[in-house]
Amino acid sequence: MNRTLHAFKGGLKLASHKDQTRHIATRDICHPETLYLPIKQHVGMAAVPCVEVGQAVRKGELVARSQAYVSMHVHAPADGIVASLRDFPVIHPSGLQALCIELSVSERHDDDRLTARGANPADLMRLERHVIYDRIEQAGIVGLGGAGFPAHVKMHEGSLQHVDVLIINGVECEPYITCDARLMQEQAQDVVAGATLIRWLVEADACIVAIEEDMDDTRGALAQCKSDAFELIAVPAIYPAGSEKQLITVLTGLEVPSGSLPIDIGIVVLNVATVVAIYRAAAYGLPLTERIVTVAGDISMPGNIKALIGTPVQHVLDQCGGFDSATHRVLSGGPMMGIEILDPRAPITKVTNCLLVLERKLQPPASKACIRCGDCVPVCPIGLQPQQLFEASRSADVDEAQDLNLFDCIECGCCSYVCPSEIPLVHYFRYAKSSIESLDIDRAAADDARLRFERHKTRLSASESSDVDEQVSLADVSGLRVSELQNQVHDAIARARQRRKK
Amino acid sequence: MIEAIAALVGLLVIGAWLLLHHREPERDSRSRIVRRIDEILPQTQCQQCGYGGCLPYAQAILSGNAPIDQCPPGGPVVKRSLAELLGQSNIARLRLSDSEAVDQIVVIDESTCIGCTKCIQACPVDAIVGATKQMHTVIADHCTGCELCIPPCPVDCIDIVRLEPGLERWRWSMPTHLGSERRNHPRI
Repeated sequence: MNRTLHAFKGGLKLASHKDQTRHIATRDICHPETLYLPIKQHVGMAAVPCVEVGQAVRKGELVARSQAYVSMHVHAPADGIVASLRDFPVIHPSGLQALCIELSVSERHDDDRLTARGANPADLMRLERHVIYDRIEQAGIVGLGGAGFPAHVKMHEGSLQHVDVLIINGVECEPYITCDARLMQEQAQDVVAGATLIRWLVEADACIVAIEEDMDDTRGALAQCKSDAFELIAVPAIYPAGSEKQLITVLTGLEVPSGSLPIDIGIVVLNVATVVAIYRAAAYGLPLTERIVTVAGDISMPGNIKALIGTPVQHVLDQCGGFDSATHRVLSGGPMMGIEILDPRAPITKVTNCLLVLERKLQPPASKACIRCGDCVPVCPIGLQPQQLFEASRSADVDEAQDLNLFDCIECGCCSYVCPSEIPLVHYFRYAKSSIESLDIDRAAADDARLRFERHKTRLSASESSDVDEQVSLADVSGLRVSELQNQVHDAIARARQRRKK
Repeated sequence: MIEAIAALVGLLVIGAWLLLHHREPERDSRSRIVRRIDEILPQTQCQQCGYGGCLPYAQAILSGNAPIDQCPPGGPVVKRSLAELLGQSNIARLRLSDSEAVDQIVVIDESTCIGCTKCIQACPVDAIVGATKQMHTVIADHCTGCELCIPPCPVDCIDIVRLEPGLERWRWSMPTHLGSERRNHPRI
């Protein structure tokens, strides 16, 4: 039990605001009449709907199927009828809509399977490992901590390499959020069973359940379960200690190299809610259709809510005392990394851990010029140079930003938080990252097109001797002057559109 | 003593031989630069530059016949990258803010298509599938929007569509607002 803890660079001591919800038991809310299930709630490819409009589905039935290795199934959270497949607001910084499966909930259906006794870890461990992997994949489980990486992929990668340490992450370092703390208190048995099962599954040498040092109730609940399957370790509450790479450093003293994954240094990190979901999938065959969401901030009935995936944010907030969109706004996630929910009709997804209601500032503080105070440098948990990255991102200098390891930024927001000039640094970094990614996508598409063009030319020159007539049209086109060609294109398009109007 | 000198001389000879034979051959540099120019070009093969495709344009640029601003689909990004490579201007470094290229593809009105295969032959990047007297269709992911298939179509069944920014194509924009909306958490 005596593991020396290490410290990561930087970080911030934040006011936790967790007492608002920490001591209130998780409660159920009445289900909404309609659920909206986005087909992409995870990292990777979107799932493909496998239901038709008007089709009746049962709770837990597959409604959208994963089509790739890094993708995830979506299941119906309740009995109902598929009302439509359409674009609907989702929680996304763009405010754009995405394809959702609209499910009219037909009746309240209480979960009777949970009351039935599921298999205990010892029984499960007599099964073949691939059976368990299969159950996890079929249950549609993604990382519930916020990143949404498909759990079976992470664990499958883990099973291919030797795992030294399995870390179960119960460190909720962001202020306000308490859903994992409540989960560990209320379902400590499942956490322990899940930890035991997963440790066996990935064949880890050691297993650590990490919590924050001020979570006394949680520590008590887990310690009561008395299991030798894992060490329970409380880490200092320094933001962002709950971030995967920082937590690894705190617990093991190791650093995940730039551009690598934890598994490359023999570590698997899973969020505690994911662990519980995995255990339920393995023991009861339950797909992931609900999650605990912290509702906190400026709202009259805060607390942790057990919500069905697909429940509109507005519905959850109404059950917690309601909010006024004129004076308040809602974030998905915590105050440091959360994104604003631009349309409260958007549904809760598998990765929504918190709805934080904050008062709308009438006049946001104006950002001023960088005064090069350097305050952002010592707080960066990765050890980057935020002020230089800011200059590179603002002047949109691709090479410079990448030389400064822009892509190692975890967007924790520590630099924006301390900036005395109120510069939205993380926003600049996100802008630079997404611009570089789209340049890379364009370049890859161009390389692909070049390859096809070259093959096309080789094919033509090979058939040239045998069949001259076939390339008449191409030869015609290349012989034309550019302006003539463009005129021809315009005329042809005009004719095509004219005819379609008729 | 003799052995030592012989060994040193031997090392020198080997070193000199390696230096002489492993220098970058001068004669390849021209084709290397053409290849690097071609890598910058967007590979739409649209011929809007007045040359037969991206590679012929790259060759023309290097021989000094063609200006570097003749590539409409490449937009300012390509122009800037070419300027940087060829040292033609002092606006050298690539800027994220000007990555605005034309985003369009073509679609075939499948009910009008007569299956003549003329567009298939005209497509420089093999983005159209179909067979004689069978309906043709454009593979959207492969289409570069070069418009070369439009003039040969005898029944005018090909149209241009702009690609709308969906969730997949969306990206963060430069912060325009004053003030840090990121700091949602009051300081202690």
